[in-house]
Amino acid sequence: MYAALWRALPGPTWAKGLQALVLLGAVVVVCFLWVFPWLAPLLPFTDVTVGP
Amino acid sequence: MSVRRPLGWAGEVLITVGALLLLFVAWQLWWTDVVANRAAAQVVDGLRDDFARAPDGQAGEDATGAVATGDAFALMYVPRLGADWVRPVVEGTGTDELSSGIGHYDGTAAPGQVGNFAVAGHRTTWGRPFHDIDTLAAGDRVVVETAANVYVYAVTGHEIVAPDDVAVIAPVPDEPGTAASDPVLTITSCHPKYSAAQRYVVYARLEQTVDPADLDAARSGEEVG
Repeated sequence: MYAALWRALPGPTWAKGLQALVLLGAVVVVCFLWVFPWLAPLLPFTDVTVGP
Repeated sequence: MSVRRPLGWAGEVLITVGALLLLFVAWQLWWTDVVANRAAAQVVDGLRDDFARAPDGQAGEDATGAVATGDAFALMYVPRLGADWVRPVVEGTGTDELSSGIGHYDGTAAPGQVGNFAVAGHRTTWGRPFHDIDTLAAGDRVVVETAANVYVYAVTGHEIVAPDDVAVIAPVPDEPGTAASDPVLTITSCHPKYSAAQRYVVYARLEQTVDPADLDAARSGEEVG
């Protein structure tokens, strides 16, 4: 998976490394801003209210 | 190669899943605090401006019916949790409301009113306003500032209940169906920390209502009025 991704990235090794870092950062941002805020309310860990 | 290839893929997937789970924990335990503290500070500043503009000596009740879900309408101070501890009280107890402050249960009494002013707040994550709620002891002050008044509640006790025990926010706590006779306050949060198996519930009773000008005295515990 990651080997195939590495081969698919264009340019010399330093450029590949830079692109890999940008992709990693993008994954973190997408997770923090959209995926996790959507996921968290579906999990019970932070419920503080009483209700039926 | 024919053996190592599929194992390699499975290994990469497992490592990726593990990394994402760790990332989620970091988001939940750290980033939500950053976001919530920033949001709460902003709401507190906005409310202080609103209160400063409100006409002085405007007596009477602050009606809760007029407050839209998501709107902040009061500031809560709990000296036991820190001299600077202040949080906005927001109408509603949904995910969005609780991520910026203390949530006021829909349909429960307004601050200072006869009945139960019931609120909920996070114990962990999202700014964790009630992280140390278990340190509250009988007699501790919970001060609620609205545009019109400052209400000083005194803690009367606590209880650990099941998450579906809605009787704790009844007009008379633990006595659903009984008509309210006293102005009381109920705070709910989760218990134990980092779990939602139970609820930690703190009860308080209104001690006195003071003028907003005496807020600092009320917070520091001096006798006022």
